[in-house]
Amino acid sequence: MSRIVVHGLEKSYGDARVLERVNVTAEAGEFLSLVGASGCGKSTFLRILLGQEQQSSGVVIVGDGPIVPEPTPQRGIVFQRYSVFPHLTAIQNLLLVEDFRSGGPFGRVFGARRRNARQEAEAMLTRVGLAHARDLYPASLSGGMQQRLAIAQTLLGRPQILLLDEPFGALDPGIRVEMHDLLTELWTEHGMTVVMVTHDIGEAFKLGTRVLVFDKVRHDPQFPSAYGATITYDLKLDRKTRASSHHLAKVAAMVGTTRPETTMATTAS
Amino acid sequence: MINAKVSRGGALFLGGLPFLFVAIAYLIASAQRLAVNPSDKLLPSPAQMWSAFLDLATVPDKRSGDLILWVDTYASLLRLFAGVGMATFAALSLGIAIGFIPRVRAFLLPFVTVVCVIPPLALLPILFIALGLGETAKITLIAVGVAPVMVRDIANRVMELPSELVAKAQTLGGNSWTMILRLVLPQVMPRLITCVRLALGPAWLFLIAAEAIASTEGLGYRIFLVRRYLSMDVILPYVAWITLLAVITDWLLVRLSQAMSPWAHPVEAR
Repeated sequence: MSRIVVHGLEKSYGDARVLERVNVTAEAGEFLSLVGASGCGKSTFLRILLGQEQQSSGVVIVGDGPIVPEPTPQRGIVFQRYSVFPHLTAIQNLLLVEDFRSGGPFGRVFGARRRNARQEAEAMLTRVGLAHARDLYPASLSGGMQQRLAIAQTLLGRPQILLLDEPFGALDPGIRVEMHDLLTELWTEHGMTVVMVTHDIGEAFKLGTRVLVFDKVRHDPQFPSAYGATITYDLKLDRKTRASSHHLAKVAAMVGTTRPETTMATTAS
Repeated sequence: MINAKVSRGGALFLGGLPFLFVAIAYLIASAQRLAVNPSDKLLPSPAQMWSAFLDLATVPDKRSGDLILWVDTYASLLRLFAGVGMATFAALSLGIAIGFIPRVRAFLLPFVTVVCVIPPLALLPILFIALGLGETAKITLIAVGVAPVMVRDIANRVMELPSELVAKAQTLGGNSWTMILRLVLPQVMPRLITCVRLALGPAWLFLIAAEAIASTEGLGYRIFLVRRYLSMDVILPYVAWITLLAVITDWLLVRLSQAMSPWAHPVEAR
């Protein structure tokens, strides 16, 4: 629903450069999978898109203008951990969205608007298969159920861009496949632009319309943090190339994945 | 050893044993002393203590006509709860502001950190001189004594909130104020109640110290008054009474926390 343009982005912490010369343009409705070795800066890139961190230099344009340098409702996020609010039940977590959006100084909507919000929340809860867990606190939900709730909550916020930071990283392979189907369905229904960071190459190919690999191209043996990572491989997927084993093996080699069996397991499904 | 499960009854029995030991040791020592000298005042028998306690609770004082125990209890609890209540309010408002808003943190955290290390009892003379010997000074001592630690604790708890939750709340449209209402406040509530429970110990200390020095009624005042006559038969029941009040307050706070924040007490909720 909104395009993202990144030009000449650079990010340093003191002397240590994490990202450099990152250029990418994502059209509205694309599903970008970001992969790369641990610590290569792909999560940093996502946090910049979120507004939690600011780039050291370069331009980031989201939608019609430069990115607002703090988290806003334009961009929704699902984290791997702490993805929902532990002090609220499942339904309260979803109601909170409308409370924040139009609750005014009390942070709470009343009357007819509350009834509408409740209906919408119940419908969303059923949509992600959590109707039975309506009044449970997140602590008594399984990891997969928490992530379903987190995705439902984020989608209720109607973001133009959905950011996912290893959303399924802590889940069992079986649950992960279920979550893939759910996410694909929701993405098709809502049509928002998605940027997902993942460690799982199979997942990246299965879900994304485009796979971006982050890696360092320049190395200084005396000072390893002198150069940052950039996008080294940008692969657009269509139905024919999707999950082609040739590309998959190539990207897996670039990332240096240590989990070929997970790659196979999630792709095969 | 470490894998042995303790049943409910077993836990009750084991937990009761130390109380039983102390009680038996006291009874033996008291009986021995009273056998040698029936008018011994240091270790009175349970019957003597009970009648002294009953006198204070039910017989009006000859001079003022008051029921001394209840007047003392009311005066002390009023001071205690006023002081702790003010400290709690400070902890909540200042603690959240310091923990959540970087500018307020930069402004107040160094000051609160320094105030924390001033021994409150050293301030007592200053409070008596500045505020007089009335209730204000005693309540202020309790509040000043426990507030700084509570403020720091709540501020720390707020700073420990996962940044993911704050970022997520912002992406859902929360602003600084609504996030305090809907995210920070409910999340620190269990910690605040724990804070109050821990602060009640020092609060009783400051209360009794202040009452011992300048007061005309109160539990601490009574203990220090009758000390002059070696009235152990009053002091010991008073100490037991104070202990009972403290235990009940603590129990009520635990229940309050369970009622307000069921999510923070998953075992009890089951």
